[in-house]
Amino acid sequence: MKTSRFWAWLVFAVGAAYFFIPLIATFEFSLRMRRGEYSFDAYRVVLGDSRFQETFGYSVTVAVFTILLGVFLVVPTAYWIRLRMPHLRPIVEFITLLPLVIPAIVIVFGYIRMYGSNSPLPFLGSARGTDALLVIGYATLALPYMYRAVDTGLRTIDVRTLTEAAQILGAGWATIIARVILPNVLIAVLSGAFLTFAIVIGEFTLASLLNRPAFGPYLQNIGANRAYEPAALAVIAFAITWGCMSVIQILARFAPKSANRPN
Amino acid sequence: MTQASISDPAIAARSAPPDATRGFRLPTHWLGVAPFFIFALMFLILPTLYLVIGAFQNDQGEYTLDNIRQLFLDASIRDAYWVSIKISFWSATIGAFIGLAMAIAIVRGGLPSWVRSSTMTFSGVASNFAGVPLAFAFLATLGRLGLVTVLLRGIGIDIYALGFNVLTSWGLIIVYLFFQIPLMIVIITPAIDGLKREWGEAAATLGATTWQYWRMVVIPVLWPSFLGTVILLFANSFGAIATAYAFTGSSLNIVPIKLYAQIRGDVLHNPHLGYALAFGMIVVTGLANIFYIWFRTRSERWLK
Amino acid sequence: MADPFLSIQNVKKSFGNVAVVKDFNLDVGAGEFVSFLGPSGCGKTTMLRIVAGFEEPSAGKVLIGGKDVTGLKPNQRNIGMVFQAYALFPNLTVAQNIGFGLKVAGVPKAEAQARIDEMLGIIKLPDFGDRYPYQLSGGQQQRIALARALAPKPKLLLLDEPLSALDAKVRISLREEIRSIQKKLGITTIFVTHDQEEALSMSDRIVVMNEGRADQTGTPFEIYNRPSTKFVANFVGTLNVLEGTISDAASGTVKINAEEIGLKGKLNGSKSGDTLSLALRPEAISLGRKAGNDSNLTGQIADVHFLGSVIRVRVGVGQNVVSLDTFNSPSSPPPVVGQKTEISFSSGDVLVLH
Repeated sequence: MKTSRFWAWLVFAVGAAYFFIPLIATFEFSLRMRRGEYSFDAYRVVLGDSRFQETFGYSVTVAVFTILLGVFLVVPTAYWIRLRMPHLRPIVEFITLLPLVIPAIVIVFGYIRMYGSNSPLPFLGSARGTDALLVIGYATLALPYMYRAVDTGLRTIDVRTLTEAAQILGAGWATIIARVILPNVLIAVLSGAFLTFAIVIGEFTLASLLNRPAFGPYLQNIGANRAYEPAALAVIAFAITWGCMSVIQILARFAPKSANRPN
Repeated sequence: MTQASISDPAIAARSAPPDATRGFRLPTHWLGVAPFFIFALMFLILPTLYLVIGAFQNDQGEYTLDNIRQLFLDASIRDAYWVSIKISFWSATIGAFIGLAMAIAIVRGGLPSWVRSSTMTFSGVASNFAGVPLAFAFLATLGRLGLVTVLLRGIGIDIYALGFNVLTSWGLIIVYLFFQIPLMIVIITPAIDGLKREWGEAAATLGATTWQYWRMVVIPVLWPSFLGTVILLFANSFGAIATAYAFTGSSLNIVPIKLYAQIRGDVLHNPHLGYALAFGMIVVTGLANIFYIWFRTRSERWLK
Repeated sequence: MADPFLSIQNVKKSFGNVAVVKDFNLDVGAGEFVSFLGPSGCGKTTMLRIVAGFEEPSAGKVLIGGKDVTGLKPNQRNIGMVFQAYALFPNLTVAQNIGFGLKVAGVPKAEAQARIDEMLGIIKLPDFGDRYPYQLSGGQQQRIALARALAPKPKLLLLDEPLSALDAKVRISLREEIRSIQKKLGITTIFVTHDQEEALSMSDRIVVMNEGRADQTGTPFEIYNRPSTKFVANFVGTLNVLEGTISDAASGTVKINAEEIGLKGKLNGSKSGDTLSLALRPEAISLGRKAGNDSNLTGQIADVHFLGSVIRVRVGVGQNVVSLDTFNSPSSPPPVVGQKTEISFSSGDVLVLH
């Protein structure tokens, strides 16, 4: 018993060191911009950079649209599959898993070849169109996470009974989805949304290959040309990821516990 | 993963509407899922198919296996696949073992409960902390001016003089472990929770030593989940590009970086060879995922 | 006991500041079936785990077959154990589960196979060898677990609430089966339960535990009919408690409400004017006067529950409510609520609780 606890502490300590040393090192490095003393100069430079503000703003906007598109795609589908077409479940689940199988770079490669300016659907012919394609691409990448989150949320509330109860009370479809289903899976949808946000905000491959002025390519560009700012940006990016995950954890506490199954 | 949903015809039949109304109601039924299927077709399946078909065509649009053959003949491409597979294999295997050890330590090691909860929270964050910023973090740690490099030099160990360079395959493996280990912890912890304390106690009363218990029960129970997760980690790092690109620019010859260069500027001077390159990636990650699902199904069969 | 097989001597166990087992002593003869009975948190499971070797006692020692095993690990004690949650190894078939102890002991394959078949026969699941645990019902799993524990021929069998996770029906049939197998093999057995019916029906002796101590040790008959403490009386069986005052200690007269009953020789040491709790089992009380019952009290029918062969009647006696059972008889109508009545009992059946 005592020896096993010693080993457990040792393993934990070594692991913790591996994870904390880079974080500490990055933070320390980000403070080194001014010679001879620690300062937040790197952060000041980064946050004051107009390109940072533009690209970050752009990526936040794209993330918001991605989340909206994801919710619009996933919630009705997951609901409908649970309620009316359970025989399609394996197919839908398989499709939602595909983005984990097909690397993002392959998906965007396909977009570039299929939706070029000379194609029947020339997404890439205009900046707006390319923005739309970027949002679509991100929604695709986030599909597995969004679907899983929403489907889990639906499973805990027993959609069928809720829907039937609402129908008996005379509710129409719009009312059922907006007033009954959505509020009950809101926590799940929000969890999926924050995960999507964390994935999208610093994404590099799609934004770079579609030539959009997003945060990911900006990060890469700074990394290639500056010394201390990248470290500051890494700290900021880690803080954003941490923030998103914390929100998801907090949301999980408010998730409805199933009424039908003992917990 | 997909196990719970394996379509049961009986359930499907029960939930379908009565035959009399079927012909009338079918279209509205499909309307509910149509946006999803159209989206998936247009932005997931067709673009992928486009590349896959392109991989089997030449410039004249004739079908050929030349591109696929070229993947094996071109030394640079072969090398890229080899390096990619090597990096993915080692980062997955090492990450899996360290992640497993940490998961066992926090679940079974008798540590206080805050250790477990904070490790799980941190793993959730770190498994999603990839891409460009991760590269920056490790450059600030193990780069020529990084904190660890400088501190080690301060005590007389110059790791760069000893031949270490973070901008190599092994450097990249160390970096990838930053998200591989936490991903392993997140996925394997429920499996370790599934190991009941009574199993160990039952084995002990039956006269088994700790090692016999591990050999005959723990390892057989865990290995499908373990191996399945290793494969998932493999696929996870095989398709990753942002970290490597931010880290080394295009100097490291791995498949995603090669494909990135091909998309930007047709460096292979043959678009169809580019398609074949992408097709090769799908084959590797696809095979990995088929194994993953297979192992997953096996492990869930026991842990009902 | 001349030569106890299992001897627990002055065992104490504390977790931090909490004393879970306080000075526990017990001798168990070879082949005896002894139950530890008590509410959750009474220390019965901890005591069992000390015998198994999963917990080390803070003080005292455990002897099995005359040998001090206090410092031995569980895998060196030659015991068999059955757990509440079955704890079958999910990756092994039924036969492999039963053969686990034989395999780790290095028993030759053929011999092990014969023993596995024998055990499968004993638990009446002869054709289940190739199945996996998840394919079995709870009752079947627990029988396999019993076979697994018994296969290496342990000297001592420990059962930790083995029936608690099962359905009522399975529970009853399995408890009879466990008892008959135990008798057939003659194996010394410790059985932990919180269910008094299980303990009463299966045991040679029962140890009723309360707050880390053995309150009373005795045969089921003794425990039920002559509980020595208020806790034991309350915990084992249904009990009616009447509050009374001693009106004359010398003659043993006790006043309940306005009526008096005689309890000569049962008041050991109590003085006149002391208040007492008197306990009576439902089956010791009759509705109306009855030959052989020397004590009578008047009351009013408060409640009647028709349970088929038995009618459970609750009678208000002053401040107290008394439960009693009468047999159903088709020819006589059941009592009516509100009806005045008398109850009677033999003063010899009264338990004076201290």
